[in-house]
Amino acid sequence: MIRVRVSPEPIDLAAEHARVERGGAVATFTGLVRADDGVEELTLEHYPGATEAALERLAEEATARWSLAAATIVHRVGAMRPGERIVFVAACAPHRAAALEACAFLIDRLKIDAPFWKRERRGTEARWVEQRDGDRGAAARWD
Amino acid sequence: MRVLYFAWVRERIGTGEEQVDPPAGTATVAALVDWLAGRGEGHAAAFADRTRLRAAVDQVFVSLDAPIAGAREVALFPPVTGG
Repeated sequence: MIRVRVSPEPIDLAAEHARVERGGAVATFTGLVRADDGVEELTLEHYPGATEAALERLAEEATARWSLAAATIVHRVGAMRPGERIVFVAACAPHRAAALEACAFLIDRLKIDAPFWKRERRGTEARWVEQRDGDRGAAARWD
Repeated sequence: MRVLYFAWVRERIGTGEEQVDPPAGTATVAALVDWLAGRGEGHAAAFADRTRLRAAVDQVFVSLDAPIAGAREVALFPPVTGG
């Protein structure tokens, strides 16, 4: 079972976790807005339609590669505050190794394959976040 | 052809979407970008550094040398930063 959702609504962890519990092991990753460098607001822009399609393809690839019972990708868009959840990914498999690997694959590849863009605001100053070399390296290990 | 812009590409151009009719012979995304860059100062600024530009043709990520023959929608944007 694949679940993909891109929405400005806050992410309900308990509900999402319950939905993905379809087998012996669930591994999850949750990304939060960092507060440690003076960011007051983070805004996520995306490419409607293409984003959902990219996330569906990722979830399908993970499901086939690790024989998952379920995969979930929920990504928030719009404006959010430090401490709020940006993204939740989860993989459910019969055993932990597949669930953990698939979960890492989903978040590593999401960072370079899905059309989202982050803009940070500190006071009155806003700037677009640059892609990090480390993100490309982390994604490449799944090639 | 519908052209979409995102993030700082959209901000520099001043709009997120345009309907354009590039000249015959505009064969690739790069050629389309060359032509679009001549539409105004904002376009020129958005497309000044091609190494920081990414593209999708009909919602599929492609390189800038990809063909655009028959494309209905081309999107131009910076490297993605989700997650």
